[in-house]
Amino acid sequence: MSASGRGEAGRAGDDVRGDLHVAVELADAGGLDVQLTSRVKSLYGASIEQTARATLAGLEVEHARIRIDDKGAVPFVIAARVEAAALRAGAAPGGDGKPERTVPDREHSTRNRLRRSRLYLPGDQPKLQLNAGLHRPDGVILDLEDSVHANEKDAARLVVRNALRCVDFGNAERMVRINQLPRGLEDLDAIIPERPDLVLIPKTETANQVAEVDARIRETLGEPADGDPPIWIMPIVETALGVENAFQIAAASPAVVALTIGLEDYTADLGVQKTLEGDESLYARGRLVNAARAAGVQAIDSVFGDVGDEEGLREWAGRSRGLGFEGMGCIHPRQIRPIHEAFAPSATEIEKALRIVAAFEEAEARGLGVVSLGTRMVDPPVVLRAQRLVHVARQAGLIEEPGS
Amino acid sequence: MSANREDRVDFVVNAAGRRVPTIVNGQPARPYAGVGAPAPDGPKHGPPIRSAADYPENGDKRVPDLKTALERCGLRDGMTISTHHHLRNGDRIAVAALQAAAELGARDLRWLPSASFPCHEPVVDLMESGVVHHIEGSMNGPLGAYCSHGHMRGLGVLRSHGGRWQAIQDGEVHVDIAVIAAPTADPFGNADGSHGPSACGSLGFALADSIYADHVIVVTDNTVPFPCVPWQIQGNNVDFVVEVDSIGDPAKIVSGTTRITRSPDRLLIAEYVARFLRDAGIMRDGFSFQAGAGGIALAFVGYIRQMMIDAGVKARFVRGGSTSYLVDLLNEGLTDYILDGQTFDLAGVRSIGEDSRHLPTSPFTSYNYHGKGNFASMVDAVVLGATEVDVNFNANVVTHSDGMLLHGIGGWQNCLFSRCTILALPSFRDRIPVILDEVTTLTGPGERVDGIVTERGVAVNPRRTDLLEALEASDLPIRPIEEIKAEVELLVGGPPAKPRLEDEPVAVIKWVDGTVIDTVWKVPQPTESG
Repeated sequence: MSASGRGEAGRAGDDVRGDLHVAVELADAGGLDVQLTSRVKSLYGASIEQTARATLAGLEVEHARIRIDDKGAVPFVIAARVEAAALRAGAAPGGDGKPERTVPDREHSTRNRLRRSRLYLPGDQPKLQLNAGLHRPDGVILDLEDSVHANEKDAARLVVRNALRCVDFGNAERMVRINQLPRGLEDLDAIIPERPDLVLIPKTETANQVAEVDARIRETLGEPADGDPPIWIMPIVETALGVENAFQIAAASPAVVALTIGLEDYTADLGVQKTLEGDESLYARGRLVNAARAAGVQAIDSVFGDVGDEEGLREWAGRSRGLGFEGMGCIHPRQIRPIHEAFAPSATEIEKALRIVAAFEEAEARGLGVVSLGTRMVDPPVVLRAQRLVHVARQAGLIEEPGS
Repeated sequence: MSANREDRVDFVVNAAGRRVPTIVNGQPARPYAGVGAPAPDGPKHGPPIRSAADYPENGDKRVPDLKTALERCGLRDGMTISTHHHLRNGDRIAVAALQAAAELGARDLRWLPSASFPCHEPVVDLMESGVVHHIEGSMNGPLGAYCSHGHMRGLGVLRSHGGRWQAIQDGEVHVDIAVIAAPTADPFGNADGSHGPSACGSLGFALADSIYADHVIVVTDNTVPFPCVPWQIQGNNVDFVVEVDSIGDPAKIVSGTTRITRSPDRLLIAEYVARFLRDAGIMRDGFSFQAGAGGIALAFVGYIRQMMIDAGVKARFVRGGSTSYLVDLLNEGLTDYILDGQTFDLAGVRSIGEDSRHLPTSPFTSYNYHGKGNFASMVDAVVLGATEVDVNFNANVVTHSDGMLLHGIGGWQNCLFSRCTILALPSFRDRIPVILDEVTTLTGPGERVDGIVTERGVAVNPRRTDLLEALEASDLPIRPIEEIKAEVELLVGGPPAKPRLEDEPVAVIKWVDGTVIDTVWKVPQPTESG
């Protein structure tokens, strides 16, 4: 390779923690010259240099000057920053700078799993990703879209790809929000081989966009083997047009498991103020819930923007559950618990549902067509609702299983 | 008195398996012999007998300035001058006293602060110029770097608050002149910390020096006519009183408000600690706990407060480091008393000055191991931090993982004697894992550490089968410490390399009984990268 390009990536500055800044200058000769300053140099200096060299070797960069200013980044972040800097310097794309996978294999998520909370993690801020799973959200969203500056899209993609290989998010469903199409399709090429559980498509307005994403995923992975779940899709509706097309979007692919709404963009599209009560989006949200149900997928609400207002969050989430949503987004770990509590069925609801389900099972066993509870007859839809509630309560660990 | 650090000394391996010198600054030093080893025989140290005939009958011991006071105390080369850290990073008196000694031409002094702060950086120059020979007290920042890189002529000696009392009381350290900064004092030398423009709360750290030093100087910026009440320091122990414009910067003495951590990981740790106390049955009516002013400890107080309210229990006493969070417990009737060793914020200072249920304590009552018991061992649970721990539950609070002096011991070692000692810490900082095979510097033996709480889970010391049993039904993530360690190492790319340290001691760590539990080794000067 003949090159003399220069590229930088990462973060510099005194307040940076858990990240690094890398400058790569490609050369024609002289091998790899790595210069390192690091707050953890005496403990991890050799390791940092080794990570940098291994990454560049994977990218087939043989001659370069590399300056690293490290602020205690973990290896997958170092690899992502070195790769980003090298690619920006003009290293040939198509190499393999991926770090060794360290997360244990875990089962792919199921279609109807709990999705009460999904925690947004800016794709370009690795420090926030490391411990995200410990706060036990139902899902984490590694975000490549709005939380990432337009100039950092390429770098964030590498951080997110590496995080999927190296960060254990526990039992959280691993989601990635790609960019708006067509850029989002490039994101998929980097992300899909790492097998996230779910992909969020922002600003979805047509069923076609879902189909496009679905096709690109299948192209990358091939058809899932029998019984293997696909990578799920959650379209985000954020415009008036998207709301009008909500049912078609939800029904666009069997991989769609949930439909959600982005209210900041939606209210902007409508030209109205977003309020704490949310009256302005009541129609859109109701329509979304209905469309999701009609297509047999979950309806998930937007985020609540004021992290400091726990009461407001609880109220919003309570109303949201009342409308038929099954979960919301979180922009901070502290929102997870209030949301889980708000979307949990109450003890009274659970008790009543358990009695209905028991009565139903008893009627079945006795071959009775009619389910009755005391002196009252229970209609089939009531049984169905009770069964669904029991299912959710069980997943949320709110029902003590006999013998457990 | 002091031999140079370069003097050849012999080393022995102590009961913790650590290589320690047998001579420290020219004096024989006993190696650590395990927890509860017998105390040396003999009487306590005594200051010289004085006569009231030599002090003014009108009780007015004021002299014009520090220089005069030091001169009249008979300042000589090689003496030990002690100061105290109740003014924390706002202190103006320690440096002023040492500079006054320098102006009098004194050399080779031993400075015995109860702790040092960044505001004491000018002492580096005083060491360079030969006025101060070495420091026995906590060292961090520039002083820590000076010592760690081997520039100090003597060995640093780090003691716990209780260990400092023990060392002075046992005569291991003879204090020639104690200089006590007092937010309020009368001309006789009675002194109080809870009132005055530079109010700081308790003066407990200065109490031992006031009793055992040959000479005692009280320095104040708020003189009141006799009697100064309450008198935390008794004027009967005081030689001279010096009036100055200001003993310290109030903004740096106490914080206006102490703040709970906002880090979600640290909040999770704090919540786990509170649940630990609740689920293990430690939180019950009449219990007691101690928590400091660190972010996790403050958040812990918030969580345990709510759990106490929910369970309808209250504490008999809580120990601080007092802050508004402990004061709230007192005012809400959730504790009968605050026993306060050090007051951290304005709410704490106000409370200790006004509320008779908020009591100042001293290292003698709280921590002294060579006494007839102490309060620390009567506390049901204590929440502490640490820089590092190891798989045997040993802990380090004094050095960074790279070997640099970082932090004093404070009351940390003394608190290990509580009935349940919990170390609350993030499982890694930046990239550096907190759980190691072996701590860099041993400050506390693992047999006195009962639980290690991280955001990844809670490790209970296998020796505490009672706690493990009590926590069986808890839904806390209780995990073997090795498992948490392995999980962190997977994330951060393996355990850190052993820091490259030179085979040259720069300081020793004393255990609560005055024995040497570990040695701090010289850290090479950083070199430019290449």
